Amino acid sequence: MLKGRVFKLGDDISTDHIIPGRFFHLRSNVPELARHTLEDVAPNLVLDVKQGDFIVAGRNFGLGSSREHAPLVIKTVGIGAVLVESVARIFFRNAINIGLPVLICDTENIDAEDELIIDMAKGTIEDVTKGFHLEFNKFPGVMIEILGEGGLLPYIKKHGDFVVSV
Amino acid sequence: MAKTLAEKILSENSGTDARAGEIVVARVGLAFAQDGTGPLTVRQFEAGGFTHLSNPERTILFLDHAAPSPKRELSNDHVLLRSFAREKGAVLSDIGDGVCHQIVAESFAIPGQVVVGADSHTVTGGAVGAFATGMGSTDIAIAMALGKTWLLVPETVKIIIEGSFVKGVYAKDLILHLIGELDADGATYDALEFSGSTVRQMNMSERFTIANMAVETGAKVGLFASDGVTREYLDACGRGEEYCPLQPDEGAVYKRCIKIDAGSLAPTISKPHTVDNTAPVTDLIGTKIDQVFIGTCTNGRLDDLAIVAGILKDNKRHPDTRLIVAPASKGVFQDAMDEGYIQVLVRAGAAIMPPGCAACVGVHQGVLADGETCLSTANRNFKGRMGNPNSFIYLGSPATAAVSAIKGEITDPRDFL
Repeated sequence: MLKGRVFKLGDDISTDHIIPGRFFHLRSNVPELARHTLEDVAPNLVLDVKQGDFIVAGRNFGLGSSREHAPLVIKTVGIGAVLVESVARIFFRNAINIGLPVLICDTENIDAEDELIIDMAKGTIEDVTKGFHLEFNKFPGVMIEILGEGGLLPYIKKHGDFVVSV
Repeated sequence: MAKTLAEKILSENSGTDARAGEIVVARVGLAFAQDGTGPLTVRQFEAGGFTHLSNPERTILFLDHAAPSPKRELSNDHVLLRSFAREKGAVLSDIGDGVCHQIVAESFAIPGQVVVGADSHTVTGGAVGAFATGMGSTDIAIAMALGKTWLLVPETVKIIIEGSFVKGVYAKDLILHLIGELDADGATYDALEFSGSTVRQMNMSERFTIANMAVETGAKVGLFASDGVTREYLDACGRGEEYCPLQPDEGAVYKRCIKIDAGSLAPTISKPHTVDNTAPVTDLIGTKIDQVFIGTCTNGRLDDLAIVAGILKDNKRHPDTRLIVAPASKGVFQDAMDEGYIQVLVRAGAAIMPPGCAACVGVHQGVLADGETCLSTANRNFKGRMGNPNSFIYLGSPATAAVSAIKGEITDPRDFL
């Protein structure tokens, strides 16, 4: 079970919004890089975030670059999961690969500061503040397994290979 | 059963009868990372306990995004990548060699192979009929170690292009127009497959420009058939033996088909701050431009510089508009010198950057000031992309960029040619 409070963002949050190219030189220093997470769109996030809080956004979250640092800084500042209407494919893959859940669901009625409880096993989201429940889309099987191991590296360490049932 | 290009390539490289919607484990023909994503790739490779590359000759580390390095942190990252390449026997493409996607195009991408790169514009390789797609550092580290990756076989959107461009309209205008029609997530997870008589006649520069921007619709890959034009290109690159013909099957199943009449297109501009925010150039005439940037994996090839030099010959940039030009590779740079294009550009007032990503990613070589506008031939105009969230980026073709550099404001190239 994941429990936390919501930071609400809009549609089309690109990887340049999440961690802009002007911090390119900090990519080998992730704690320092993470201090700039989303600073052009939600400058309060890094200051106010508590471990386990959620980012809730709209369409096409994470569009743009392949930089894995985008989900990495989000995870590093303490975000427990990202809830979106839809997600760009490289960001989605990267997030799962580093063990950050990205949940695709109807985010329209979730507002900033709402308290959520997420049951990863059941696939449900409860908005405690507003008193409603949502379900999130199922992941492809291989992604469930990668996320279940905490990311791609632990998955490969365990299996030694991709184990995909077709 | 008839197959799309994506289904064909993924079937061949997974040893299965791959259909859209299935997950396959595919053999990787080429894996690469660049200096923004490579250091994390190397660290994940080492954290995974790997010591050997699956295929060193088909593993490349590119130093192109910060090239030469403007900061000591990046200099240290470059050292990490150089020593990894040396120790593991991987190919190193050092500063000044050029943008990863251009070098992959010239020297590495093979029709029918799976190419994975830790850079979203890896899709550029789709122009030669490679299933080329971008991933993050950890995926690429695993691909380098195991020589394979998992892929969801994409559904395919077929883009059928007929007719001829009018003078002043180019492949860049076509792909910007298509992105505007599809939106930035209109083809998320899908393959784009480009076909039609216009596509068959396009040279490889045009195909690379279009494939390069497929990702701006959310697509996983932007595929072209491998045909006589591909063969001529590979021949010219000295690797004609790597050519193999590749066509989609008659009767393959497509998610949807989009028809474009090339003759109806106008020079097209993407306005700040998203690529799908497109408009015909005529809507933007007179917009003052502080900096024009010509180059990148989208439009830094010899054919692009030929168009630009043709326009700038006997002209000068506007005194209030800076002009920055970066050839996409060392090969392009040398050819452009041999053709006299670089001399024309310098006389016109251009600052020539070393082959590489230059100003595109906001790292160096042309960071914008607060409130400034740039007209760029690159592929992205997100807020902050060129190093300053308080600046404004317009995207257009090399011809639009060149005429706008002369006038100091967005200008219709059709009035000039």
